[in-house]
Amino acid sequence: MGIIENKFRDNVIITSADKFMNWARLSSLWPITFGIACCAIEMMATAASRYDQDRLGIIPRPSPRQADLMIVAGTVTFKMASRIKRLYEQMPEPKYVIAMGCCATSGGPYWQHGYHVMKGVDQVIPVDVYVPGCPPRPESLLEGFIKLQDKIRRESIATTQAA
Amino acid sequence: MESSEVFKLIESKYPDALKSIDLEGIEQSVTIDVNSIADVCNYLKTESELQFTSLMCLSGVDYEDKMEVVYHLHSLLHDHRVTLKVELSRDNPKLPSVSGVWKAANWHEREAYDMYGIVFDDHPDLRRILLPDDWEGFPLRKDYVVAEKYRGWTIRKIKEGFE
Repeated sequence: MGIIENKFRDNVIITSADKFMNWARLSSLWPITFGIACCAIEMMATAASRYDQDRLGIIPRPSPRQADLMIVAGTVTFKMASRIKRLYEQMPEPKYVIAMGCCATSGGPYWQHGYHVMKGVDQVIPVDVYVPGCPPRPESLLEGFIKLQDKIRRESIATTQAA
Repeated sequence: MESSEVFKLIESKYPDALKSIDLEGIEQSVTIDVNSIADVCNYLKTESELQFTSLMCLSGVDYEDKMEVVYHLHSLLHDHRVTLKVELSRDNPKLPSVSGVWKAANWHEREAYDMYGIVFDDHPDLRRILLPDDWEGFPLRKDYVVAEKYRGWTIRKIKEGFE
């Protein structure tokens, strides 16, 4: 929040503004529509009618310019890593990242012999929430969304965003 | 038509090209001389009683003492199939491209080049297909050593006592 960052302590104006801003941000998380591997199938299932992620205000947005959440759903190969970094850089602030599944978290089954797989997407972009599983069930991803919303709820416009 | 009959036809048409016939094992195969593989393939495709119009698969194999390229052909009209092999030296694996015979060979040959470094002469566009263009080495070769870093990113993260 630029000029007011780290200049105020909590007061009635800041905290009220915080509450409003955080409510707005966490209630309309728009993840950028892209999936890399099998986790994307579960992500699509989460978005579809049975699990209906829209009830949390989460709707896929097929452009990085209007998205504020990135779900890294799948195996991040070294060839893909630079593309992911570019997509992340194209997103406007504030932006959040969920690493979905073991591949995006740590390399998963490619940990030992995957010469082409990045061992954790956090080598290229900062990750807010890690969702374990191979692939995680839609319930797990929804839990990840809720965790991220809790994290956003604790943010303040007057302090630097926690990495 | 049985594979053995196809082998006999190849033998009568190209007696010099045929190096050995393997009728044992699960899959009957024939080893063709490096220089005549494109001619033999063209013959197998165009001959009216053979008509191998489909190249199902083109694979590279590393046997540590030699390289091999394996062709699996299928005729949709006659519903018969045949396996061809070409043996190559490990130091300089080079053979004529069959992308002029089957269009499908184009990408298969690029993959064999990408993974094994097998060079296909007169291929229209022989460059890497799966790995990034600046990748070093050919990962499916038996003597491939995984590099430490790629563009500054750690490739292998080995934990103490984790094997």
